[in-house]
Formats: sequence, structure tokens, C-alpha cells
Amino acid sequence: MLSAPLVIFTAFAYLVLLFAIAWYADQRAAAGRSIIASPWVYALSIAVYATAWTYFGSVGRAAVDGIWFLPIYLGPTLAMILGWVVVRKMIRIARTYRITSVADFIASRYGKSPLIAGLVTLITVVGIVPYIALQLKAISSGYAIMTTSPGESSLVEVSWWQDSTLYLALALAGFIMLFGTRHLDMTERHEGMVAAIAFESLIKLVAFLAVGLFVVYGLFNGIGDVYAQAMADAELAKLLRFDTGGHADYIFSQWFALILLAMLAFLFLPRQFQIMVVENVDERHLKRAVWVFPVYLLLINLFVLPIALAGLLFFGDNGANPDLFVLSLPLVTGQEALALFVFIGGLSAATGMVIVEAIAVSTMVCNDLVMPLLLRTRRFRGRQGGDLTRLLLMIRRLAIVILLLLGYLYFYLAGEAYALVSIGLISFAAVAQFAPAALGGMYWKGGTRAGVLAGLCAGFAFWIYTLMLPSIAKSGWMSTDFVDLGPFGLAWLKPEQFLGLSGLDNLTHSLFWSLFANIGAFVGVSLWTRPAAREASQALLFVDVYNRSHDHQPVFWQGRARIEDLKLLATRFLGPKRAEQLFEARPGPPGQGARPDRGYADARLVQRVETQLAGAIGSASARVMVASAVEEEDLGLEDVMRILDEASQLRVHSRALEDKSRSLEQATRELRAANEELKSLDRLKDDFMSSVTHELRTPLTSIRALTEMMLDDEDMPNEQRQEFLAIIVTETERLSRLVGQVLDMARIEAGHADWHSTELDLTEVVGQAVNSIRGRFEEKNARLEVHTERPSLPILADRDRLVQVMLNLLSNALKFIPEDGGRVDVQMTDSERGITVTVADNGPGIAPEEQPRIFEKFHQLDEGRQRGSGLGLPISRQIVEHFGGRMWVESTPGEGARFSFFLPRTSGASAPEPPSGRPARERNEHHG
Amino acid sequence: MKKTLLHRLVALFCLGWLLLSFPLLALWDHPVRVFGWPLLPAGLFTIWLVLIAALAWFMERGEG
Repeated sequence: MLSAPLVIFTAFAYLVLLFAIAWYADQRAAAGRSIIASPWVYALSIAVYATAWTYFGSVGRAAVDGIWFLPIYLGPTLAMILGWVVVRKMIRIARTYRITSVADFIASRYGKSPLIAGLVTLITVVGIVPYIALQLKAISSGYAIMTTSPGESSLVEVSWWQDSTLYLALALAGFIMLFGTRHLDMTERHEGMVAAIAFESLIKLVAFLAVGLFVVYGLFNGIGDVYAQAMADAELAKLLRFDTGGHADYIFSQWFALILLAMLAFLFLPRQFQIMVVENVDERHLKRAVWVFPVYLLLINLFVLPIALAGLLFFGDNGANPDLFVLSLPLVTGQEALALFVFIGGLSAATGMVIVEAIAVSTMVCNDLVMPLLLRTRRFRGRQGGDLTRLLLMIRRLAIVILLLLGYLYFYLAGEAYALVSIGLISFAAVAQFAPAALGGMYWKGGTRAGVLAGLCAGFAFWIYTLMLPSIAKSGWMSTDFVDLGPFGLAWLKPEQFLGLSGLDNLTHSLFWSLFANIGAFVGVSLWTRPAAREASQALLFVDVYNRSHDHQPVFWQGRARIEDLKLLATRFLGPKRAEQLFEARPGPPGQGARPDRGYADARLVQRVETQLAGAIGSASARVMVASAVEEEDLGLEDVMRILDEASQLRVHSRALEDKSRSLEQATRELRAANEELKSLDRLKDDFMSSVTHELRTPLTSIRALTEMMLDDEDMPNEQRQEFLAIIVTETERLSRLVGQVLDMARIEAGHADWHSTELDLTEVVGQAVNSIRGRFEEKNARLEVHTERPSLPILADRDRLVQVMLNLLSNALKFIPEDGGRVDVQMTDSERGITVTVADNGPGIAPEEQPRIFEKFHQLDEGRQRGSGLGLPISRQIVEHFGGRMWVESTPGEGARFSFFLPRTSGASAPEPPSGRPARERNEHHG
Repeated sequence: MKKTLLHRLVALFCLGWLLLSFPLLALWDHPVRVFGWPLLPAGLFTIWLVLIAALAWFMERGEG
């Protein structure tokens, strides 16, 4: 055994550590660097599902019932498979409408009914108090076994004021008040608390795995050994079969019922709703958490059965409590440090559950039980102004203390009567009653407020009658006669065999009857009654929550609201600072039902205020407060349909508008591109014009200068005059050649040129060109040679044009070959597809970066030397391309250049003949 | 949500229900040991693990 002060000190030190973690997380959250914004932390915090009931009770149950402890964890696994569908929708709804508890969730869906909210809260409190008692009992029994030596009885009677469990409960209450209700948050999120819970989940898992490993490998030779020894024992072998005795005929329905029960409870337990839905930081975290959480459950259950079997084998019929095997096994074998660690793990499991549950339930009690009652009292309503946030916090703190004291009271009075598992299942069955209303509300628009009230009442009544009362009777507080014989001796009313239904265990029996009555009444009454306008509108908002973006939410409100009144209301419940923010951040476009009058709020603003208030005091109370502060017009069902219609129209319009603006953008982009192209063409044209005029001006200037000199100087010698005139003639020829080329270029580009394609011999054409230019080559002492493979190369083309191309290439080459030793080779190659003609010179060559540009108009490589028009190459290329061929250049600087063009055999047919009606401009040119 | 994911999840849920209830569960109810484990717990934990693995695969395959 360990000394009591050591255990107490360790336990409180652990609580202080939790405190520090929560404090640190809160600081980080305030600084905007949250430590809980991770799917892993989220999944760990969801593991608050595993309470002391799992930690101690699973082993206890496994020791009695074998694998029957498992359905409680298989249910949540199945629920999580659909978590991305169901839980995500819950999160989306809760976030959109600022819902902060499961009571609010159900009440808000059914027309924000205070009655439903109150009823759900009441069922929760009644159902949850035993569960809290169970946690206290676990810690208390754990503490007792830690601090008493094996021989002694651990059940020493003490008065309540000596009981450390009471002080533990009070310490927990203090902790919860500090981190759960420090300030009033409109979203009810508690980062510090979540961080502490996630940490606790980690501790309890590690501790449980530690004791599991110790038992299996320390006390036995591995899992196989434990199982082998257990199977050798006839009694223990039974635990490894499905039917462990006592389950009889309906064994599989009981299994099914347990899985279903755990699944529903997992979704709607107040603490699970708080952690999974309200405290969720980011919807996307759920994506990973849905499988990480089941992994957690699997791990924590891995050693349950081995520990239970090991305990039974180890202690035999010694009478040790199986619920506490995880502690007694290490204690008896002298592993006190391990035992202390395992105790801390159990403490984690218990405190985690109590903390979250108390926060969730206190919010519900405050918003859904106390506030509606307060709002009804005249004194409270009459009080104008004043900040009520402090009052809200006070109510919550009080609720926490009362809840924990109730838990303690239940533990003190009934704690020893029942095994842990049974208490937990009773609570689960109470919470499962919320499932039809909540799930039905999320997926079925037809559920009505009356239906939910009927369903909840029927289900709750059956739960009390068939489960709660018998358990109280069995605790010895009242006679068990009505259980054994039926009330007033009416056997068919026996609570555990209602209408004579026997064979089921009491939990399955109760679950069947209560859910049967619940669902039956809910669906039946819903189909029978007509929903009020607000129920219909809330149904639409819940079921179709994914269909609407935030801006297009229909606003179901009409009336007159003074902004002053709304502001006053918001200030009272949210505090001046938050209220100010709320009215500053008004969304842009006014929604439908907007009132242009100054000083009056539009429907959307009223809606916003109501939603924010709902975060603080619950949607039902918020509805009452807003209704009392403004002048409302009653909404009829027709109004709801009309508003919905308007909203969807608005949505259609806005979608159409989006489409339009998208296509407009597209058109603008195209126009801009076209404009850019035009601009660049324009620039090209300008360049062309300026180049042409520049080219024209040079010969003109010299002609003019020479003529003027001759005009002024009458005594000019005749030889000089002759010389000048010769220059003038040359320059004029150059001018007319240039003008001819420009016109030629323009004609070709515009597709108006004359083409006279005939069958001709390319060698002959090349020969003609070479002969006409040979004289100029000889003047320069240059060699010009023609190489051809064949004597004749027939092709279909325009003779004059091809001669022009050859002359252009040859005169171009002539310009660049050196004064001495110049050499130009013309090579003709014939291939299947066409003919290639190459003109190679031994000039300076062309730099690679210049090569693509030499076919541009007026691009001249060497300014100042023998100048060409700058149009020869571009025209040649145009001509070749007209015949379906291409022209290119290859050159290495310093080794000359090779200009080539290729003409396909089918050339001449490739280009369309120009239209017959030619512009006048062209015809005139023939005479020029 | 992509329709395929929704359909896969619903299918997996149904499969889970079937594997974990009568009559399929009764297949494991024999006093035999596999790898040192009695068949029933071994079967239950295997089904459980397979369901989780399939779920993780579906959820993690998509974008982040």
C-alpha cells in the first residue's frame, strides 16, 4: 500500500499540472497561436468518451461477461464511419446558428422552443448525475485500494465531511469554474480546457497500456500464455465465447442493442457534443479524427480481456473487485510506482469526463432552464440596461457546483449498490432518447415541435419506469415488489417485463420500449400536426444547411426594430465591447425586408443580433428576448414559403449575375488581346512607313543636291555635268526599283499579285539569273559556279518570280563576298518531295541572333556599305512561301552564309489564284 | 462532399453492421486459438482494425 498523503499529493499535483496546461493553452489562444488547432489534438479530446467507466469498468465487465465490454466501443467506431456525414453536418449547423449545447440544438431545430430546451436539459441532468457519481466512485474506490493494505477492509465508514471524495468533487468544481466559465464567449469555446482534456486522454491511454503490458508480460508470459491458461479453466473459457451464460435466447439482439446504444450516446452525450461539435476548431480536422479516435478506442481496449483474465487467474476466488484489477494487480506484486501511475490514469479518465460534462451541462442549465424562468419574472424584465454577462457566469458557476454536489450525493447514497458498468449504461439509455429528435431534425423536414415533445416525454417516461426505478429499487431505497410483481400486483405492467416481454436483459428491454415509444410518438405526432411557421423555417435552415452560402441565408423575420433597442439588448447580454463590434461589422448589402428608414434595423441585422445572443443565452431565450425588444409581425407559413422563394430567387439571380460577369470578363480579355495585336500591327506599319520614306529620301537628297548644283553653276564643265547626270540616273533607277519593290511587297502581302504559273525547268531559270548577273561578279573578280545533279528539274511555278528570287539571293551574296577571292556556289538538289536551291557565299557570315531577323523588312546587316533596299529577302521569302515552299539561312560567322529555299513539286497549286477584279492601284503600276 | 466518398462511407457502415452482428459474428464463436488468441476476440479485433483501416484509407486519400 501507499501512504494516503502521497496519493493525495500526487493527485493534486496532477490537477495543478492540468491547470498549467489549460492556462498555457488559453494564453496561446489569446495570442492567436492555438495549440489545439490540429486533428490529432481534436481526436484525443474526443477520447473523453473513455471515462473511468472504460478505465476500470471494462475490465470489471470483461471479468464477468467476457467480450461483452466491446459493443460500447464498436458503436462509436460505426458512428465515426459516418462521422464525416453526420458529425460534420452537426458542426456546420452549430457553427452557422451559434448553437452551444445539445439541448439548444434540438430546441432550435423545432422552432426555438423553450419547452423542448428545458425538457432536454432536465433529461440530461437526471441521466447524467449518476454518471458523474460513477466517476467519483471510481476515484474513491481507487484511492481506497491504494491506501489500505490487502488484508484490511477498504470499506471503512466515514462521515461525509471526512470523505476525501467530497473535497475532490469541490476541487474539480473549482477547476471547472476557472476554465469553463472564466469569461462569456459567444461561441462557448474553451481552448485551455480542450488542451487539458487531450493531455488527459494521452495519460490514460499510456497508463492503461503500461499496466496491460506489465500484467501480460510481467506476470504472465505474453498474451498467448494468459489466453492458454484461461482456456484451460472451464469457467474462464466461457468468457471467451459469445454466450457467457445468462444471455439466453435474444443474445444477438442484446449485442445489437448495445452497439446501437453506444452509437447514439456517443453522438448525443452532452460532453461529446461539447467536444466534437462546439469545441471543434476546423471542420476539416474531423476528416482525420474519424479514424484516429477509433484507433484510440482499439488500443485502450486491447488489454482489457487479458487483464481481466489475468486478474481472475491471479486472485482466484479471493473476492478481489474486478473493477479494480488494474490497480490491485500491480499493488499486490509490489509495483507501487506503476500503481500510482495507473491511479493517475484513472484520475485522468474520471476528471476529464467530469470537467467536460459539467461545462456542457452547466451551459444547458443556465441557458435552457434558468434563463427562460428568469426572463418570465416581471422584475427581471422590468430592469432596463445593466450588463448581465456577470449574472450569466454566476448562474453557470452555481450550476457546476450543484451538479458536482448532486453527483457526490448520489455516490454517497447509492454508490456501493451497483457495478460501474450498469450506471454508465443507464445514463447512455437516457441520452439515446435525444437521437430521434436530433437525427430526425437534421434529415427530415417534417418533424414538428409537438412530435418531439411527445417523443421525448414518452421515451423518458419509459426510461424512468423500466430502467431508473428498478435500479433505485435494487439499491434498496424502495421495495422491489413493484419490480418483481408489477405495480399494484398487475404482472403485465412489470417494469422489466413490460406487457410480458421477457427474455431480454433489462437494458435491452428498456432501450427497446423507450426508443419504440419515442420514435413512434415523434413520427406519429409529427405527421398528425402541422408545423408552425418558425418550425418550418428552422427545418429548412437545418436540413439544407449545406445548400446555402452564408450570404444567401433566407432571413425569416419581419417587423420593425429600432437599432437603439437592439443595441441595448446586445449590450446587456454580450457586454458593451462585443455589442459594439456586432453593430460595427454590418454586412454590405441589405437583405430582403430591409427598411430604409434611419434608426431602424433591417431583418438581417435583427437576425445577426439574435444569432449572437443565442450563443450567449441559447436560441430559445434569445428568441424571447428579441421578440420582447422589437415590434414583430407574426410569420405565417405562407410568409415562410415566400421568403424562401425570394431567397432562392435571389440565389438564382446572383448566380446568373456571376455567370454574366464571368463571360464579360472573358470578352474583355479577348478584346484586350485583339487590341494589343492591332497596336503591334500599327507599330509595324509605322516602322515600315518610316523605313520606306528614309530609303526614298536618300536617293532623292542626292538627286536634288546634284540638280541644284548644276542649276546654280552655269559654267560647270561638261564632263562634270555628264558625271552628275549619270549619278542622277542611277539614283533614279534605285528609286524606281525601290518603289517597285514596295508595291510588289504590298501586292504579295495583300494577295493581289499576278502569278503566272507554268511548267518550267528550274536549271534553266537559275541559268538565266546567273547569266544576267555574271557581269557584276566578273567586275568584282569573283567566282560564280552552278552545281546540279540533273540536267533538267521540272517544276510548276512563275518564271519571272523565281528569276527575281535567284537575283535577290545572288546580288545579296555579291554584296558580302570579299573584294578578292570572292566565291559563290549555287547548288541544286532534287528529292522526292521537291527541289532545294542553295546559294553559298564566303562572306563574313551572319551572327546567330541576327539570322531570324534578316527576313524582316528593311533589316540591313551592314549599314553604310553597299545598301540594298532591305526588301529583297522578305519579298523572296514571300514568293517562295507562295509556292508552298520555305526559305531559310544557315551560317557560322566567319565562314560565309548559305541561303536556301525549297520548292515542293506540287507548287503553284498550293496558293489560290488572285481574284480577277484587281484594284486600280495595281493596274496603274504596270505603266510606272 | 464528393458523392463517391459519401457512398463509400455508407457502404462501409453497412458492411460494419453486418460483420458485427448476427449471423456473421457467430462464425467466430468457436473454442479455437489462432496465434495464441482465442478465435472470438481475435475475430472482433480483426474486423475492428479492418474497418478502421478502410475508413482511414477513404478519408486520407483525398486532398489534405
